[in-house]
Amino acid sequence: MMASRSPGLAPSVARFRWASSHTRRRLSHAQRWGISLLAALLVFAWVVPLFLDADPTRQDLMSTLAAPSLQHPLGTDHLGRSMLARVAAAIRLSLGLALLSVVTAALPGLLAGVTAGWRGGWCDRLLSTVADCVLALPGLLLVLMLAAIAPGNFWTLYIGIALVLWVEYFRVVRSATRILAQSPQVESSRLLGFGRWYIFRRHLWPELAPQVTTLAAFGAATSILAVSSLGFVSIGLKPPTAELGLMMTELFPYYQEAPWVLAQPVLALFFMVLSFHLLAGKEPQ
Amino acid sequence: MNRVISTLLLQRLVQAGLVAWVVGTLTFILTRALPGDMAFRIAAGRYGYEQVNAEAAAAVQAELGLDQSPLIAYFHWLSDLLSLDLGHSLVSGESVVSELAHQLGHSLDLALMAMLLALVIGVPVGILSGLRPNGWVDRLALVSAVALRSLPPFVIGLLLIMLFAVQLGWLPAAGHGGGSHLWLPAMALALGLAAVSARVTRHGMARVAGSPYYAFSRTRGLSEGQTLARHGLRNVAVPVIAYLSVQLVYLVEGVVVIESLFAWPGIGHALVHAVVARDVPMIQGTALVMGLLFVTLNTLVDLVSLYIDPRRRLS
Repeated sequence: MMASRSPGLAPSVARFRWASSHTRRRLSHAQRWGISLLAALLVFAWVVPLFLDADPTRQDLMSTLAAPSLQHPLGTDHLGRSMLARVAAAIRLSLGLALLSVVTAALPGLLAGVTAGWRGGWCDRLLSTVADCVLALPGLLLVLMLAAIAPGNFWTLYIGIALVLWVEYFRVVRSATRILAQSPQVESSRLLGFGRWYIFRRHLWPELAPQVTTLAAFGAATSILAVSSLGFVSIGLKPPTAELGLMMTELFPYYQEAPWVLAQPVLALFFMVLSFHLLAGKEPQ
Repeated sequence: MNRVISTLLLQRLVQAGLVAWVVGTLTFILTRALPGDMAFRIAAGRYGYEQVNAEAAAAVQAELGLDQSPLIAYFHWLSDLLSLDLGHSLVSGESVVSELAHQLGHSLDLALMAMLLALVIGVPVGILSGLRPNGWVDRLALVSAVALRSLPPFVIGLLLIMLFAVQLGWLPAAGHGGGSHLWLPAMALALGLAAVSARVTRHGMARVAGSPYYAFSRTRGLSEGQTLARHGLRNVAVPVIAYLSVQLVYLVEGVVVIESLFAWPGIGHALVHAVVARDVPMIQGTALVMGLLFVTLNTLVDLVSLYIDPRRRLS
């Protein structure tokens, strides 16, 4: 309040406002594609099943591996279950889990990263050691071992993925905060007597936000890939859950008779991960 | 130089210790979380389900010290791990170490072949794209990199099986035998790795090709090939090798899934089977070796990048 009223600072504040709103509005071409793709997937997963009969577990053994029809617009699988219902349910599961684990990873990761970068000292050392423990093993191995404790459980998968993901936020936020905390603008804010929350909102968050959103998009893709990989090797969720990796394992033996049925979970997975990679706005990592 | 190498090796040694601790702790929790009474389970394993009674279970409990506190049991567990006493597989009865010795070679074959293929595919594509940024090679490479990264290795593997094994019949779909069995699983891993390597190479190449020393070399009259060989390749190699350590996560995770898909008799395959069978000693052994493989490959990458980039040796 004081700072914005003083005449000397006004232009820089104005420029800062402009810059932040400018970067917020400027989405790249690829990011726009990513958003449209994600929106299409959301509509497919949540809206379409409202209008059609959609029970992902109802079997009809008289019409297995049926071609697309009015009743089953995407055909049926080897047990006569509607593929539309199953693919939609699997996308809901993947996106829901991705959103949940990204949010639960981002908040503690951000909090721990800002604390470690700002406070330094033993706090930083302690949190960095915890992060090193998680990073010692490749993420999927950690999720896999946690999944072994309670096989087929949605919540162990979720905890494992969130546990792996938070470290990324922590590392990026910590190193950015270390530099920002030493910067002149933070120092002068502190000298003017502004509180921590104000400094975080005014000086740290605008710098951290783009990096955190990029990480969130990649994190969502990682989570989707992890769930489907574990499902594929039959360690993740158990049948009859509609899960993309699991569906591929189940449908692969029928590839010769009904290739289009196998193609559906493959395409759904591809488009989901693609949409998040495009949304991240960076080249693949 | 020696100080840089020794701090680096020390860091990796600490990481290896963390791997052992994390794996040991998680498998210990796993033994505690298994349902049923542990003494009864072990007695059943020894004498068969018909022979088990309360006395047998009590004898087992006294012999193995199962009634001790969890904390003491945990320290026993970790000290066994440190003395490399990994126990015996609950499924095959073989000692875990001898099973791992069999499988490690196969996993190494696959991982190294995949890395090699990734470099053979990725680096030339990246150099071609970097020499003509935004040319058609560059655009095509970007689109394929984004597409390949949006597919997990097992889907790439499935597509390769359909194309090369089922449709064309050129290569065996799965299993382990002559050299031809290695191609498809290694390729399934390599394509994803190559996608990123190509992009990293492309950015490195574009930066080098736009640098003053590169232009000067051309104005001195060296041909494009000579300039590339003398001033380009080594400079481009620095980020490409450094980035390999980031990609090792993808590689090791991919090995687990790809070995299961192609029934490749390596450690990843064994790990997945051990988890399905709840064979705790094998889970511990395979996860431990997978983790240590990850650390070892990382150390190798570190040493290679020190070797090719003299600037890093000074800091």
